[in-house]
Amino acid sequence: MVEGGLWRRWVFFYIPLTLFVFVLLFPFYWMIITTFRPDGELYKPWNAVAYQPFWTNNPTFEHILYLFEETMFSKWMFNTLLIAAVSTVISLICGVFAGYALARLNFPWAGGLGTTIFVTYLVPQTLLFIPLADIIRNFGLGDTPWALILTYPTFLIPFCTWLMMGYFKSIPKELEECARIDGASRFQAMYHIILPVAVPGIMSAGIFAFTLSWNEFIYALVFLSSPEQKTVPVGVTSELIRGDVFFWGPLMAGALLGSIPVAIVYSFFVEHYVAGLTGSVKG
Amino acid sequence: MVALATSSAGGKRPAPRARLLEDERWLAFALLVPTAILLGLFIAYPFVKGVILSLTSARVGVEGEFVGLKNFVKIWNDGIFHVTVWNTFWYTGVTTVFKLALGLWLALLLNRHFRGKAFIRAFILLPFIIPTVLSTFAWKWMFDPTFSVINWTLYQLGFITQRINWLGDPDLAMTSIIIINVWRGVPFFAISLLAGLQTISPELNEAAAIDGARPWQRFWHVTWPLLLPVTMVVVLFSVIQTFADFQLVYVMTGGGPANATHLFATYAYQLGIGTGLLAEGAAISLAMFPFLFLIVVVQLLYIRRVEVR
Repeated sequence: MVEGGLWRRWVFFYIPLTLFVFVLLFPFYWMIITTFRPDGELYKPWNAVAYQPFWTNNPTFEHILYLFEETMFSKWMFNTLLIAAVSTVISLICGVFAGYALARLNFPWAGGLGTTIFVTYLVPQTLLFIPLADIIRNFGLGDTPWALILTYPTFLIPFCTWLMMGYFKSIPKELEECARIDGASRFQAMYHIILPVAVPGIMSAGIFAFTLSWNEFIYALVFLSSPEQKTVPVGVTSELIRGDVFFWGPLMAGALLGSIPVAIVYSFFVEHYVAGLTGSVKG
Repeated sequence: MVALATSSAGGKRPAPRARLLEDERWLAFALLVPTAILLGLFIAYPFVKGVILSLTSARVGVEGEFVGLKNFVKIWNDGIFHVTVWNTFWYTGVTTVFKLALGLWLALLLNRHFRGKAFIRAFILLPFIIPTVLSTFAWKWMFDPTFSVINWTLYQLGFITQRINWLGDPDLAMTSIIIINVWRGVPFFAISLLAGLQTISPELNEAAAIDGARPWQRFWHVTWPLLLPVTMVVVLFSVIQTFADFQLVYVMTGGGPANATHLFATYAYQLGIGTGLLAEGAAISLAMFPFLFLIVVVQLLYIRRVEVR
């Protein structure tokens, strides 16, 4: 705790912390209040008289209804969920295998391969999206969920591998050697002995990967074109803005509902998520 | 190793495939193949293809022909590209300084014991986990020229009498984008640095306190040097992400007003996908490469140095 008098505690602790929390969370409050505010109140100019921006006495569900009745929002949610789930599973399998090989097995170029995977971890999507769009089209994957299911692992696998490598290194080698002496094959030892111990690491990698794929935008924007194939971030961006007209009510409703699945996953596994986040930078 | 494994299986020889997997090299190969295929197909191949594409005159639907460095010469002389380069460095530099300073401050606040700490820590990460595009829309609505709640608040408090056109003025638009990036990045810095702070034994600080060090001295001479390795990695990581950012600018301004807020990625998108000049778009994307490469090299060298020590 801060040493000194009560006022010091307020000035150096409570007030700054409160300000941080307020600023970090206010946009979400604004999202929620806009979702339930009727259009008549929404479009009042900033200097209108008797305008209460922070509360509404006439909450409405019209924006949420609009989202489900007039747009393909539920389809976008389903697409996003499917793509995030499948690409996470693919990345976890690849990442666990590669992480195990790089952390535990002796083979030529192990070090070089580890570095290569670390470098791909740092390749941003925006470096490759134009040639990749071409490749996706040539493979006949354009405008299908596969375009994303197969490309998301490119930024998820390096991260999962990196995280799992660190995790496997922390598991004592003796554990595996015991199993091998008892007659287990190398693969069996990995599958039955090491993997169960590594479950917390796999959870962290999985949850982090899931939120990353839910968040992805530029690949989804470039590779998908028909409204029924889109993911939530792209659908909300392209279908709720007509020219210069923003449908702010449904837009905020879409932003709110589109955030809820990640928020739920996150809230159940905060500790795993934080472990994944800090592991992702520490390695 | 192989001999030991086969004899322990009780004399019965395992199938050839299983025996092959007993060899560490073959097992490693088998385990790495899926990763190698995916990364090769969707990172290495597009990278090579991107380089080739940037040397042609390809457009959407037109194969184009080899033109050498013409696209790079063209963007080198392009006024909008100059603004883009300047914007990207300015955006990356300013946001990184603020994210580090505010993130460190927040991490130090959270490193204390108080009631509801776990709760607050969970909540402040929200800006980082909620999809960027979606939270950026909330900001865009808050910065809306006519209905801005920020303007309303400033007006009610008596700070302004005229509206501030946040996204209509080039400098203000850039400032708005920087504010949102900092808002989104501070939780990531804070939580990563907090993890770093928690590995520092409190006894070190106590010892320094007994020796008469003031709080500021304790931070500067004890905490900061020990936190530096984590800080370095977090900063380099964030610099790469920010330098290559797309979503935030795409949603807030689309690069406008009058191409004043473009970053590499948004300008590449506008030319490559928007107007269909694939080759030029690819060239602009690739122009990011030298800087990214430099950061990655620094990061690799730094990690190696830390590992050797």
